[in-house]
Amino acid sequence: MDKKPVNKQDAGKVLLEEISGAAQEQQGKTRIGRILLIPVLAVFTGLVIGGIFIVVTTESVYAAFGQSFGAGLSEALRTVWNSYVALFTGSLGSPTRIITALQSGDPLEVRRAFNPILESLVASTPYIFAGLSVALGFRAGVFNIGAEGQIFIGAATATFVGYAVKGLPAIIHIPLALLAGAAGGAIWGLIPGWLKAKTGGHEVINTIMMNYIAFRLSDWLLTGPMKRPESFNPVSPTILDSAKLPRFFDDPIRFHMGFFIALAIAWVVYWFLFKTTWGFELRTVGSNPFAGRYAGMNVARNTILAMTLAGALAGLAGANEVLGVNHNLAMAFSSGYGFDSIALALLGNSHPLGVVLASLLFGTLRNGATPMQVSLGIPNDIISVLQAVILMFIAAPAIIRTIYRLKQPAQEQPGIHLSMK
Amino acid sequence: MAPVLELRGITKRFPGVLANDHIDLALEEGEIHALLGENGAGKTTLMNILYGLYQPDEGDIFVRGQKIQVHSPSDAIAAGVGMVHQHFMLVPVFTVTENVMLGAEELRPGGFLDRKKAADRITRISQQYRLEVDPQSYIKDLPVGVQQRVEIIKLLYREADILIFDEPTAVLTPQEADELFKIMHSLTEQGKSIIFITHKLREVLEVADRITVIRRGKVIGTVAPAEADQNLLASMMVGRDVQLELERSPLKAGEVVLEAENLMLADDRHQVAVEGVSFEVRAGEILGIAGVQGNGQTELIEAVTGLRTPLSGRIRLLGQDITRASPRIVTELGSAHIPEDRQRDGLVLAFPVMDNLILCQYYLEPFARGKVIDWQKALQVANDLIEKFDIRTPNALTPVGSLSGGNQQKVIVARELSRPIRLLVAAQPTRGLDVGSIEYIHRQILKRRDEGVAVLLASTELDEILQLSDRIAVMYRGNIIAVVPSKEATKENIGLLMAGVMPEKIQAGASSGLPIA
Repeated sequence: MDKKPVNKQDAGKVLLEEISGAAQEQQGKTRIGRILLIPVLAVFTGLVIGGIFIVVTTESVYAAFGQSFGAGLSEALRTVWNSYVALFTGSLGSPTRIITALQSGDPLEVRRAFNPILESLVASTPYIFAGLSVALGFRAGVFNIGAEGQIFIGAATATFVGYAVKGLPAIIHIPLALLAGAAGGAIWGLIPGWLKAKTGGHEVINTIMMNYIAFRLSDWLLTGPMKRPESFNPVSPTILDSAKLPRFFDDPIRFHMGFFIALAIAWVVYWFLFKTTWGFELRTVGSNPFAGRYAGMNVARNTILAMTLAGALAGLAGANEVLGVNHNLAMAFSSGYGFDSIALALLGNSHPLGVVLASLLFGTLRNGATPMQVSLGIPNDIISVLQAVILMFIAAPAIIRTIYRLKQPAQEQPGIHLSMK
Repeated sequence: MAPVLELRGITKRFPGVLANDHIDLALEEGEIHALLGENGAGKTTLMNILYGLYQPDEGDIFVRGQKIQVHSPSDAIAAGVGMVHQHFMLVPVFTVTENVMLGAEELRPGGFLDRKKAADRITRISQQYRLEVDPQSYIKDLPVGVQQRVEIIKLLYREADILIFDEPTAVLTPQEADELFKIMHSLTEQGKSIIFITHKLREVLEVADRITVIRRGKVIGTVAPAEADQNLLASMMVGRDVQLELERSPLKAGEVVLEAENLMLADDRHQVAVEGVSFEVRAGEILGIAGVQGNGQTELIEAVTGLRTPLSGRIRLLGQDITRASPRIVTELGSAHIPEDRQRDGLVLAFPVMDNLILCQYYLEPFARGKVIDWQKALQVANDLIEKFDIRTPNALTPVGSLSGGNQQKVIVARELSRPIRLLVAAQPTRGLDVGSIEYIHRQILKRRDEGVAVLLASTELDEILQLSDRIAVMYRGNIIAVVPSKEATKENIGLLMAGVMPEKIQAGASSGLPIA
């Protein structure tokens, strides 16, 4: 109480505190409850606000309000309800359809009924990889805005190995292509990491610049060296069958091995961060570089290592999309996975398990957006709004606390040194 | 006659803490009333309530018998209450006059500042209360003691007659502190009343007319200095008997452990902070480095622990050259370091106590098997250390940032002293700690000395230096200007040296072979 003035906690500090504080496993249930509370409420509030957006962008609601207030209100509620039903049946499947399919016993029907949820898992997979990339960066105190660029480079290198290296059995070709993707991304992370460690150049600026280089580089590759010879479009050759990640069902179900690889990698990242001396160093330097230096850790080396690993994880996201879903590289194929992953790493408290859960949510939303648009004409941009609102609440938990009259977390006195510089 | 200021039943609760518990306090006109308590006892909370920064949950404030409501510092100032903060609220690039005027500007017609009128008033005030200061000088050019005078003038300028001094001596040399005490007396002689907040027992006995001790938010008692001594006050503060004077066994200095030669160091702004310093520390002795904050001690400590690379010179630890060695190499050679800024360098506040206890050894057996950390083992060791070093924490997994300052420091001490060491580098090891923790940490340091560890102790607390050191090196403006054996050291001669003045006796001693850099 003495000495220091009691600082008002700003939202950013609360956020960083929770990111860094959530690190430790071996905590009681109440703690887990507390960690989950804010994200869950943020998602809920996001859905509510998203509903408001749906209402104000739907013309039938205006028409109904023109008749009477009651009619308008019921039309508004109906629209929101229908939209979210379409969103979630589109992304998780319709329960009635699943039940009837199971009763009929027709394998094709069963597969079709389960397709939406499998498709959500497909959409979640790159999120897991890219989210782990950003989360690992956060843990190490670096802000990897460059996941998007690393995804492009990883996809390009994986594609190249996928179509240009011939005559390998799948058991070698697939890992090799994945490794190529990881290596490509790693180089794209290493460069800004090295610049930060050696020159102090800020990784936020440099990863953004690396993104632009990656976008233009992949454009050039697709119009030049990696262009499919017989095509007029800027698209790479299709990768060989031996490089394709195995799918578990016949077309059109795209659910593939990548999802399980992502889960395995999430576990590896967790193990690395929390069980190894490397991870301990990374987290220490990330949480308090001064203490890291005092304890004999090499801050510069850890920064480089963190950015390299983050790049490799994002590179895997790109490789996964090519080897598991697209089977070739096209322009602008990623459409923002790398940027969304910053949001979901925050949503997931920068913890691998949290990242997996957040990725499943984002994948589900992304996958449900199109059905919602098709069946109801709700613009799928609403999903971006939803994600943005959720992120805002995650980034400013003080808002959520105010809305729901939650108390501040118990431990508040001394500030946390989480240097994001 | 009613007291000038009276607090009745002041109660303030923070989540989980009862910071002030029905505190009663009466300040008589013209007295210096000391408010004594450990850190966290609730002194500052109480004063912040009086100054309008917090609202009390219960209780009333009376000024000259009138009940007043204090909702903001301006209410307090209107009631004649002023506070000299521990950290000065001055604009360095403004003059004294401008700083004093700030917020209470004298205006000429047309809205222009009337600096002349203000300066005249400042001169009058400074003459009346013997607060010597030049109204035209810039704050950044003034020594700390004079800056403090400006803070006092600010209050007098606003016609405050109840002055609160919050830990005013923390930033002063002993001489400046004596000067401040004279000023305080001259203020009370002319009718001002003073509340003097401190945790330094000696000062309280020296200047206060009455002493109120608070502990854990409660008033323990009010005593007159005549009927109290340091031990009584300390036990009132802590709530148990405290031994202030620790027994020291005779010096048995062994071989040279740490040796520095012509060390030249730059600070973070690339200014030369240490100009060619040489010294040595032997096994079994404590070399104290005295000096006012900012005379190169910080840089020196960082250099010998591997955190700062010297511009020139040489450092040897146990005969090995560590001039350019990394902190890890220095640590592995058997050096322990209690850093000056424990929250910045010594701890990862977001991490559990356990992680902080293994912060320097996480990569070694038995904590690491290969590259995998054995958290079971770490937990076991952490629990042992928590018990052995009496760290008050809910458990080993509690984030260290949620512990009190004293317990945070104990985590560092436990970590650094629980491994075999040959050198202990301790910088400000008890800064901001309460009497009980200070006693504990001093005992630990003396125990290592008796076991034959070489100790380099840097402290701005003169009492601490005098109490622990076998030899005292005084740093002034980047130089060690004298090294004094503890039996020749007194508060006066070390205090003078800290201010850069060479007392004659020591000068004489210096020519007879005492090393002077």
